[in-house]
Amino acid sequence: MSTVAGHYSYWMTIVLIVAGMYILIARGNLLKKLLGLAVLQSSVYLLYIAPAKLVGGTAPIVAEGYAVYSNPLPHVLILTAIVVGVATLALGLALVVRIREAYGSIEEDEILAQDRAPDGTHDRER
Amino acid sequence: MALVVVALALQRNLFGAVVLFGIYSFLMATVLVALDAVDVAMTEAAVGAGVSTVLLLSALYLVGGMETKPLVRPLVPLALSIAVGAVLAYGMQGLPAFSDPEAPIHTHVAPRYLKEGLKETGVPNIVTAVLASYRGYDTLGETLVVFTAGAGVIALLRRRERKKK
Amino acid sequence: MTGDLILRIVAKLLMPFMLLFALYVQFHGDYGPGGGFQAGVITAAAIVFYAITFGLASAQRLVPERLVERLLAAGVLLYAGVGFAGVLLGGNYLDYFVLDHDPVHGQHRGIFWVEAGVGVTVAGVMLKVFYMFAGRGRDAGDA
Repeated sequence: MSTVAGHYSYWMTIVLIVAGMYILIARGNLLKKLLGLAVLQSSVYLLYIAPAKLVGGTAPIVAEGYAVYSNPLPHVLILTAIVVGVATLALGLALVVRIREAYGSIEEDEILAQDRAPDGTHDRER
Repeated sequence: MALVVVALALQRNLFGAVVLFGIYSFLMATVLVALDAVDVAMTEAAVGAGVSTVLLLSALYLVGGMETKPLVRPLVPLALSIAVGAVLAYGMQGLPAFSDPEAPIHTHVAPRYLKEGLKETGVPNIVTAVLASYRGYDTLGETLVVFTAGAGVIALLRRRERKKK
Repeated sequence: MTGDLILRIVAKLLMPFMLLFALYVQFHGDYGPGGGFQAGVITAAAIVFYAITFGLASAQRLVPERLVERLLAAGVLLYAGVGFAGVLLGGNYLDYFVLDHDPVHGQHRGIFWVEAGVGVTVAGVMLKVFYMFAGRGRDAGDA
């Protein structure tokens, strides 16, 4: 069936989205959650870049002898998205580090348990 | 690549997970080269495989390496993720096929950028031209976001040093 | 700090080339793949490499933290400043056509400076973030 072959890149994207989302939801570890988020994010890169490709085209740098170029617009959008992505990843990591210092753990359930505990454990917070 | 992602999902040693993430980023970069997105691939290789791996490792050093808890109930998130995937697969049927020159994204502004870009800006790399000139406001915003994220990290991680003094 | 002789010598040999490559990517971005974002990241990666090999302290002697913080803000200001330069010369904000008597040259010049601003900011942020994390680790290790 032509839809399967023609949509191959989208299938790949969906696999990545599902995997990233699974890691994001199922894992209690905050660092692992961030990794899942990064995978989810990069699946979006693929989602944007793949439709921009034209078979037989070349990279969007104008030169003699080429007439067909890939679409430059998604490249621009994703280029900035990657850098912003790593900046937000850094921000998330900073938050994780702070949480680790405040709670002594980066496991979601342990943090929740500490929050629900009446008191006593709270003096570890600042 | 899918294999690496699955391994990433199953890996409980966080160090291993970070290394796998680096491998994954590099594979993603090669895929992007194959898709003609050389600028993006360059960024992904430098950012994903380089800087973010270093950042993850240095954060890992601060938070400790092992994921202590095994998965509690993996079925609910798994079902939810697969449901989302199914919805996406359904929506995907409406998208144009891979490398279809008649797809909407190839017929709106992109041809104009490609045709006029060199003439109007004198810059053969259209990605750079669009990035800095046609969409200068976007890029200014993105730069500000990066700046703000950096400022946020400084604000989050600096407090303790001052306290120590 | 690692005492590995080979690693240190190779790092010393590679450093200039990495920085040169970053500059090439920055200024050749108009003609080939590259631009401010990539160049910034590569610069930061080169210095991070230096820091990993020779220790954080010597990297901070090379590129002091204060300088990095200045750079971080300077890049954004440079970008915004290009916009205001356009306004002052009678155009719209971020309008490069007025930067030179020939509109195409003006565009080229505007793109050049904007990319420079982006590169400086990205390099500054990446490096600063690395310093923050790494410096934190050292403190925790000492305590």
